[in-house]
Amino acid sequence: MYPSRFKYESPKTIVEAIKLLDAGKGDAKVLAGGQSLVPMLKLRFAFPDQIVDINNIPGLDYIRFDADGSLHIGALVRHEHLEKSVEISMRQPTIAAAAPLVADPIVRARGTFVGSVCHADPQGDWAATMIALHGSIVVQGPKGKRTIAMKDFVLGPYANSLNYNEIAIEAVIPAPKGVARGGYLKLERRVGDFATASVAVALDMSGDTVLNAGFALAGVGGKTIDANEAASALIGQKLTEATIAKAAQLVAALAEPRTDHRGSAEYKRHIVETFVKRILVANSAQKVA
Amino acid sequence: MSSLYEEINTPPASDIPVRRVTINVNGEARTANVEPRLLLAHLLRQGFKLTGTHTGCDTTNCGACTVLFDGRPIKSCTMFAVQADGHDVQTVEGLASASELHPLQEGFKQEHALQCGFCTPGMMMAAKALLEENLNPTEDEIRWALSGNLCRCTGYQNIVKAVLWAAEKMRAELN
Repeated sequence: MYPSRFKYESPKTIVEAIKLLDAGKGDAKVLAGGQSLVPMLKLRFAFPDQIVDINNIPGLDYIRFDADGSLHIGALVRHEHLEKSVEISMRQPTIAAAAPLVADPIVRARGTFVGSVCHADPQGDWAATMIALHGSIVVQGPKGKRTIAMKDFVLGPYANSLNYNEIAIEAVIPAPKGVARGGYLKLERRVGDFATASVAVALDMSGDTVLNAGFALAGVGGKTIDANEAASALIGQKLTEATIAKAAQLVAALAEPRTDHRGSAEYKRHIVETFVKRILVANSAQKVA
Repeated sequence: MSSLYEEINTPPASDIPVRRVTINVNGEARTANVEPRLLLAHLLRQGFKLTGTHTGCDTTNCGACTVLFDGRPIKSCTMFAVQADGHDVQTVEGLASASELHPLQEGFKQEHALQCGFCTPGMMMAAKALLEENLNPTEDEIRWALSGNLCRCTGYQNIVKAVLWAAEKMRAELN
C-alpha cells in the first residue's frame, strides 16, 4: 500500500511549519512520529495535499520538570523517551505506568506523545492519561500561542480542537500540590492490539490524604472517557476500602462499553472497576511522604 | 522489479517535486530520487534491491520490515524514504561481514529459530536494538523487546533462545 500523492516539506522552525499549514488551508497535515498518520495515509483514510514533517525542527524533544513542579513534554518526545526517563519514573507514576503499554516497542521508538494526544483515538493511552492528569496542550499558530485544557482539546474520536494552521508544540501536566501518585492499567489480548479496557488514575496526595484525583478511560466508549467527576469520592479523604470502592464504582458507571469480540459490555465495565481498585489499593499501600 | 516500484516511478504530478535523498545504508551512502510518498521499505527493497527487509502486514503490526534508523528500530513500512535523507539505516544485509555471520544470525541457526523465515530479518533487527542497549537480557526482556514482531511459525520459543545464545556469545567476545 502507498498513500495518494502529497507535497512534502520538512521545515527547520515552527514558524515555517505554521506558514506551510496556513498556506495549506486545511489540506496540510503535520507529520511527527507518523505511527498513526502513515497507516491512515496508506489506507487512504487521509489524503492531504501537503505533509509538513516536523522531525527536523530542533529543540522539541524535551522532557522537563520546571521549578514549580509542572511537567513539560515537547512535540517530538517519543514514547520510549518517556518509558526510559528516570525522572518520569520517579516523579510521574501515571505516565511511567502507561509508557511501556503504548503500542509495541518498535512503534514506541518512533511515535510521539503529543502526536498520540492529537490523534485522539478513543483507544489511545495518552489522551486518557492527559485527561486524568488535568493536562493541557500548548499550541502555536500564526497569531501566537494558546493553551487548551485537555477537556476542551479532545472533541471526539480522531477530533481535536486545533485550527488547521496550528501545531501542538507541548503537553503540560500541572504540578501536584503534594506528591504525584497514580497508575495505568490496560487489558489487551496481545501486545499492540486495541485495548479491551484501559484505566488512567492520577492522584495528588499529601501524606495519606488525597488532595486531588483524576480518572480517564480508553477503549470503553466511542471517545476517550473523562471520568474526573469520580474524584469527588476521594478528595479530602484517605484511601480506605470504602472510598476506593466508591471511586471505582463511580468511574465504572461513566464507562460506555459496547459488546464486541473483546468481551461483553458488562465484562468491560467490570474490568474498569477492578483496575481502578487495583491502582488505588497499590497507592494506598505505598509509604507516603 | 515489481509493478509497485515502477508505478511510483512514473512521472509524478507536475506540482510534486521528486526529492534527491542520500541515505547511509549499512555504512554506504546510497542516493536516489524519490517521490515523497515512497515508503522507506519500498526504497530499500525495490530501489536499493535490499530485499532482506520484508513487508508483511503493511499496517505497522507485524514488524517484518524492521530496520534500525539512527540505531533505533523502526517499521520501515511506516516511514517515508524522504524522511531518511541524511540518516543512518541498518538492514539485515548489514549484519554479516564477508566471512562471518553476526552472532544473532548464528544464534538463529544454532537454535533453529526460523521455519519459513519471513519474520526473521525483522526479529534480528529488533533483537540487535535490544542487545545494543542490554547485552545481558532476561528471557522476559527479550519477549518484551520482540513483542512488536509477529511470527506465525515458531511459537517464539526458539527465537528467544537464539537471542539468549547471541547475547552470551557477544558477552564472551567482549571478554
